[in-house]
Amino acid sequence: MRSCVLYLHMHQPFRVREYSIFDVGNRADYFSDSAHINNQLVFDKVAEKSYRPMLTLLEKLLGAHPNFQFSLSVTGTFLEQAEMWGGDIIDTLKRLVATGRVEIVAETYHHSLAFFFSKSEFERQVKQHQAKIQDLFGVKSKAFRNTELAYNDDLASWAEEFGFETVLAEGWDRILRERSPNFVYRPTGTNKIKLLLKNYRLSDDIAFRFSDKNWTEHPLSAEKYLTWVENSTLNGPLINLFMDFETFGEHQWADTGVFQFFEQFVGRFLESPENNFLTVSGASEQYEAIDEVSMPETVTWADTERDLSAWLGNAMQHEAAKNLYALEEAVLKTENAQLIADWRNLQTSDHLYYMCTKYWSDGDVHAYFSAYDSPYDAFLYFMNTLRDVDFRSL
Amino acid sequence: MLKILMLGWELPPHNSGGLGVACYHLAKSLAGEGAKISFVLPYTAKHDVDFMEIVHATNLDPIHRFGASAYDSKNITTCIIDGKELGEHLSLRDIQQFYGDFVDKHVEGKEFDVVHSHDWLTLEAGVKVKHKLGIPLIAHVHATEFDRGDEYGGNPIIHDIERDGLMLADRIIAVSQMTKDLIVARYGILADKIEVAHNGPNQIDDEYMFEKSSYQFLEKKKQEGWTVVSVIARLTIQKGLSHLIRALALATQFNPKIMLLIAGDGELRDELLELSANLGVAQNVAFTGFVRGKELRDVYTISDIFVMSSRSEPFGITALEAASSDNAVILTKQSGVSEVLHSVLKYDYWDERRLAELLVATSSSNALTTEMRQNVTKEFLKISWNGIAKKVMHIYNRTMKCRRNY
Repeated sequence: MRSCVLYLHMHQPFRVREYSIFDVGNRADYFSDSAHINNQLVFDKVAEKSYRPMLTLLEKLLGAHPNFQFSLSVTGTFLEQAEMWGGDIIDTLKRLVATGRVEIVAETYHHSLAFFFSKSEFERQVKQHQAKIQDLFGVKSKAFRNTELAYNDDLASWAEEFGFETVLAEGWDRILRERSPNFVYRPTGTNKIKLLLKNYRLSDDIAFRFSDKNWTEHPLSAEKYLTWVENSTLNGPLINLFMDFETFGEHQWADTGVFQFFEQFVGRFLESPENNFLTVSGASEQYEAIDEVSMPETVTWADTERDLSAWLGNAMQHEAAKNLYALEEAVLKTENAQLIADWRNLQTSDHLYYMCTKYWSDGDVHAYFSAYDSPYDAFLYFMNTLRDVDFRSL
Repeated sequence: MLKILMLGWELPPHNSGGLGVACYHLAKSLAGEGAKISFVLPYTAKHDVDFMEIVHATNLDPIHRFGASAYDSKNITTCIIDGKELGEHLSLRDIQQFYGDFVDKHVEGKEFDVVHSHDWLTLEAGVKVKHKLGIPLIAHVHATEFDRGDEYGGNPIIHDIERDGLMLADRIIAVSQMTKDLIVARYGILADKIEVAHNGPNQIDDEYMFEKSSYQFLEKKKQEGWTVVSVIARLTIQKGLSHLIRALALATQFNPKIMLLIAGDGELRDELLELSANLGVAQNVAFTGFVRGKELRDVYTISDIFVMSSRSEPFGITALEAASSDNAVILTKQSGVSEVLHSVLKYDYWDERRLAELLVATSSSNALTTEMRQNVTKEFLKISWNGIAKKVMHIYNRTMKCRRNY
């Protein structure tokens, strides 16, 4: 048997508006929309381009192919926005989950990096996410992914202790060496939990390279991709395609043909009776771990470095994170639900990402995905919100 | 070898601003590219220059000493020199005429490939040479009268000189996209005729590094936790300094330990002094007057944050110098230098609240300024006059080729 494990990640942050030093102590509407930074506008745009058309396609594929299934992870901040601005998206997700062939993978509610700063806060966010998923969809996941697939051996041990049966990570060559990501592995230091590794070549062919006209394989047809997938299964039976949900329609626009490509690929792949699709947990149940994998250092699915440097790579990011988590005790002690929610929304890793300076000095503004004029502006507004959170916790 | 007649108004150390600095470095790098340059100045003084020939159009002292620099455009027909050197009382316009007549005679019987004029004071002379020798005129625009002028739009005589000269130039070099856009919009020149060549950095020598700073009192303030914010500018309406002082007053409500060091002199000095007193921040503002040499160098070294507050700045070399001296840099969006520096914070010159915001943020976060300083230094190192000279050589060659094809 050869299996495709499709896992898509859905997320939207609550972006901080140009929150001024003059606002500190006067108003706490960090995430309200401004002319320049407008969360609802972004949500509407991505919903139109990606969420609605891709969910429609996935629903169609579930109807057409009884052995098509997949996994999603949906952040709490995304769900809150969908509840406010796209109720139909929640309804579609409910229908998908109700088929029993769509799994929701667990994660932190706020898409945060809390694991690296406060284990107790991290656990609270995982539980908050579980409660939200239970509440909306009536399911509880046995698989866990950390924000940006940020993974290390400690995370695996924590996930096992917490009761998860599967955990996801990047299938990075430097870790795997000559081994293939197409198998289930066991994380070092654990007994039961299984590790699924992203096949980054085949995943990134779609997520990053699909519309790149300088890529020698452009344009990528479903047939060609199918050949690559089948060749890859010679190394191992599992093809783990992990990517952002927004790949479809937002990162790769509809006019690149990405939707047709995906629909054709699923159809062609399932033409062979040897092939099927599995959810993350399904794969973990069907396949035994063949070897142990250790990642003492944190590995993520981001950039060529595959580390946390996009979020914690410079002094501003460390300063922001340090100050943010330093407020934990004071904020929680207030038992002020709104304040706690605001503080948690500030933990969303995107805020740190906007402060990334890795590519900024090259003047490569366009490659930079941010609503702010510069990483320095992002830092400035964020630090102002922390001043206000501090003020409100007094 | 390309022979260039370069027409300028000042060179360091007899300069009153960035124009002379830019001319010096451009000429030096062009010489490095193999160009033979004859540089005509309107005054007589000693210059320590061996890479080009310097020609003096008059036996006057450096012009800026008479208050007649390239920046003084308000009253160009007012008598400024009560000297006997040329037998009469002189206005800036008179000196400009002398300069043109001199150049006209000077080029007789000589051969040049290109005439390269820097800004309005030498444009008319450039046009004459173009016609006389039949060689292309390159007009280099470091600033226009729209930048120098106040809300009344500047001096109409100078507008005429600029418009005519730019119309007749074979090719125009603007120091920023912003300046190019302005020339297209305000003077109606075809965009195709204008190239953008950003300025490069001034090489700041390190000879003073180990000497005592000129600003001992600021050293002491810094030890007490103060942040030094500096601005280097002529104190004129163009530089937007009143907005800076108002922003400072707002910022000190959040961080009282900010010291604004204003280096430069000009007609607005008293007004700015009064403003800082009225706003209650006189203690937070220090005026140095006009500085050069070590005192200028020390402004960059003592300061933590450099602000370019100009309402309209075609380029702004001081920001590059600040970037090279380990300053966090704040620029107005109305400055050409903001096209080449990215690891900086930007604001609209009138947005005092935003500037106050930036002053508070930078003066209260080491993490922020450390990142900004490190990254802007990286950017600064990538900009070089050699690269700019290559571009200008290319412009010369292409313009000459077009002209031969007439």
